[in-house]
Amino acid sequence: MSDKRVLIVGGGLAGLAAAMKACELGLEVDIFSMVHVKRSHSVCAQGGINGAVNTKGEGDSPYIHFVDTIKGGDFLADQPPVLSMCEAAPAVINLMDRLGVTFNRTPEGLLDFRRFGGTLHHRTAFAGASTGQQLLYGLDEQVRRWEAQGKVRKFENWEFTRLILDAEGKAVGIVAQDLTTMEFKSFPGFAVVLATGGPGLMFGKTTNSTINFGSATAAAYKQGVWYGNPEMVQIHPTGIPGSDKLRLISESARGEGGRVWVPRNKGDKRAWNEIPPAERYYFLEERYPLYGNLVPRDIASREIALICTKEGLGIGGRNAVYLDLTHRSEEYLLKKLGAILDIYEKFRGVDPKKVPMEIYPAYHYSMGGLYAGYEADSTGRLLKDSPLNQMTNIPGVYAVGEADHQYHGANRLGANSLMSCIFAGLVTGESVAALAKNSKTAEAPSSLLESERKSEEESYKKLLSQDGPENPFVIHKELGDAMSAFCLIERHNDELVKLQGMVDSYAERLKKASSLDKSGSGNMSAVFLRQLDGMITMSKAVVDAALLRDECRGAHSKPAFDNPAPSKETPIEDPAWTAYYEKFLAQTQTWLKTTIAKHDPSKSHPTIEYKDVDTRHLSPEPRDYTGVGKKAWKKFMDKRKATGAAA
Amino acid sequence: MSKTVEVRIKRQDSPNAPAYWTEFAIPYEEGMNVISLLQGIRRDPKDKSGKSVAPVTWESSCLEEVCGACTMVINGKVRQACTALVDQLEQPIKLEPMSKFPVERDLRVNRQRIFDNLKKVNGWVEIDGYHDLGPGPRQNPADQTTTYKLSECMSCGCCMEVCPQFTQVNEFIGAAVLGQARLFNMHPTGKMQMPERLDKVTEEGGIQDCGLAQQCVKACPKHIPLVETIGALQRDITLTKVLGALKK
Repeated sequence: MSDKRVLIVGGGLAGLAAAMKACELGLEVDIFSMVHVKRSHSVCAQGGINGAVNTKGEGDSPYIHFVDTIKGGDFLADQPPVLSMCEAAPAVINLMDRLGVTFNRTPEGLLDFRRFGGTLHHRTAFAGASTGQQLLYGLDEQVRRWEAQGKVRKFENWEFTRLILDAEGKAVGIVAQDLTTMEFKSFPGFAVVLATGGPGLMFGKTTNSTINFGSATAAAYKQGVWYGNPEMVQIHPTGIPGSDKLRLISESARGEGGRVWVPRNKGDKRAWNEIPPAERYYFLEERYPLYGNLVPRDIASREIALICTKEGLGIGGRNAVYLDLTHRSEEYLLKKLGAILDIYEKFRGVDPKKVPMEIYPAYHYSMGGLYAGYEADSTGRLLKDSPLNQMTNIPGVYAVGEADHQYHGANRLGANSLMSCIFAGLVTGESVAALAKNSKTAEAPSSLLESERKSEEESYKKLLSQDGPENPFVIHKELGDAMSAFCLIERHNDELVKLQGMVDSYAERLKKASSLDKSGSGNMSAVFLRQLDGMITMSKAVVDAALLRDECRGAHSKPAFDNPAPSKETPIEDPAWTAYYEKFLAQTQTWLKTTIAKHDPSKSHPTIEYKDVDTRHLSPEPRDYTGVGKKAWKKFMDKRKATGAAA
Repeated sequence: MSKTVEVRIKRQDSPNAPAYWTEFAIPYEEGMNVISLLQGIRRDPKDKSGKSVAPVTWESSCLEEVCGACTMVINGKVRQACTALVDQLEQPIKLEPMSKFPVERDLRVNRQRIFDNLKKVNGWVEIDGYHDLGPGPRQNPADQTTTYKLSECMSCGCCMEVCPQFTQVNEFIGAAVLGQARLFNMHPTGKMQMPERLDKVTEEGGIQDCGLAQQCVKACPKHIPLVETIGALQRDITLTKVLGALKK
């Protein structure tokens, strides 16, 4: 059976879901992970997992979930995979319940659901406030079951460094490095699944785990895998500032009634409890009456950042606003949010049940990722058992989870990531099984396995011997600070050009960096040179794509090219609405495109191309979370249709 | 001279090398934890006397105390480095690797044994398949409160580090793994597979090796009621055995 071995890189939700499904379909799996899979970054997801199970009598449906997801992503997501995901979501949640995930229950013993940002429905199943951890454990246990049966081999504390491609360019294996003995080994397999998570550490201190280098992504990208929508990275509105990382207060804190506010008067030095209600500015509630504190993440992040940096209303003039839960009873908060409030108290030493939390936006998630394709059926859903679902442009190489570019478009809705990881993981399990069935699988010649291994070992030896004056961890800190300052909350072309120069200078300095440690055992510093090289490579793709995209879309905010909606007081007869919609349609024409970054070995920067988005189910319309523009848009479109213009 | 944090770290260059101590003085910042100290060393890898040394190797991932990776012995107490705030620690801060697991390098140990033992006790719920079989069984919300607590176990190994019965040379599976067996026994489907799981739990190195020292429950960072859990598991074993004997 060795020719039917699947190599899964990454043991978070996506990788483990793919592994268990592939095993069920008769395949054998090798899993590679930099940490024990139970310690993967999926554990950090707190709030929940979305699926329109509709147990609250609200008339929710998978189609409404689909519409919310597409709109939330500003129409940049290809629609067939999203539709299939939303339709499968209730069954995925039921599956996770059946395999033992400790979801919260209603008094009747059913799954409980909460409300999250970007939707009006209770659609988010949750397990305490560590839903990601609980889901990961559920999958980890299933994979352990297969492991006990000999169907899974785990290589934990190993790092993937290279794809092995045959003469036709098909995947036939990988090279990986044992991070204790530092030895390299080749592994043959007919399919490689890259479930390696996001590339967050290029932004320095973020909500990501210390393993989210994106270096596996970078290695595959350098070997020709396309990277989709690199510029689309999400900022989480409610980060907790910290010395080692930015921790996160889940969106569920807003979902359970958390109110965001700042002192109404600039320079107000009083303590929070000395400020009377009338002098508190609940700016999200006032500016977005329909969604209030539950506006989508990109809007919340921008509003919070700008009220501090542009309006100067941050607490004590700092970059911080209040996230206030003190109006809720302690009992309620303990039950609904216990674990996440514990986190705040543990790391800040203040009880958020008694004192409002201080928060500020933090880099959180990459919507972009390795280009994952799909095959649609005649109804515009994923064609079941197509080997092409989740396959990248390189045959036999799959991308899944945060590592892929699908499902979230330009902005991800809260609690959709856990669903997309598990759903796409299960799909990938089916895809690789179909690939095994449909095609004669290529076998890697042992000479190729050995030459690729040898070449990786040589590259590492070179890194190990590097002895320049630069410290790679210092370069990383500078990279993170620069990316966060110039490429995160708002983007300006002059700053991005400057940032390109800075990133190029880090690449130069990396050549003069030292490995710091010459040891042949558990050497974290020498491998960091490789990881940092990956971060720099991918940050070039992010910055270049951000510079080229002259518009605002989802998480990509470039004020110079903004097309703001008329204020909600503007009568719908006002020509301002027509002008706004005309510009919206023009921008859609130009920019409703998937960015594709391709590595060009002859150049130091990527080649950027664009690909049309599959919008077969839902035509783009302006995102409107104020509730006023809806009528105006309808009027505008009716008029266009009446005058015979193409819609 | 700006304020510094004094740290002593027990190091080991490779799995079989001798251990030694290195002292560091790291510039102080507000809100520091042990992770940021180790990160500080990486950015300027010099010991207290100014001599260049290799950066310290340790394991970490989430830094939110939900992954269990950064467990080490800090000022004599086993805990996660991410929640160890410098302002609350006596200096010099003493960092050591866990002693019940083999050291790989410096503060990083090999905890594979925990995961092997989870395999040993059938640490999963066996279901018929991953296809759509509709909703799972209804569950009492009160049971969920118990199972969620058990399921917060992140396999960090704190309970094993403090357990006098758990050593590098014996087979004891440890409190965490027993807690997981209890978790799967409580699930409506997992309960059907309880007899087999209980057999596994009483094999060599099983529950009978617990000496009731009750150190585990004090060391658990997630406050899992481990002693109570082991008691409940004992009860299940007795009941199953008695019922089994009566049936015969």
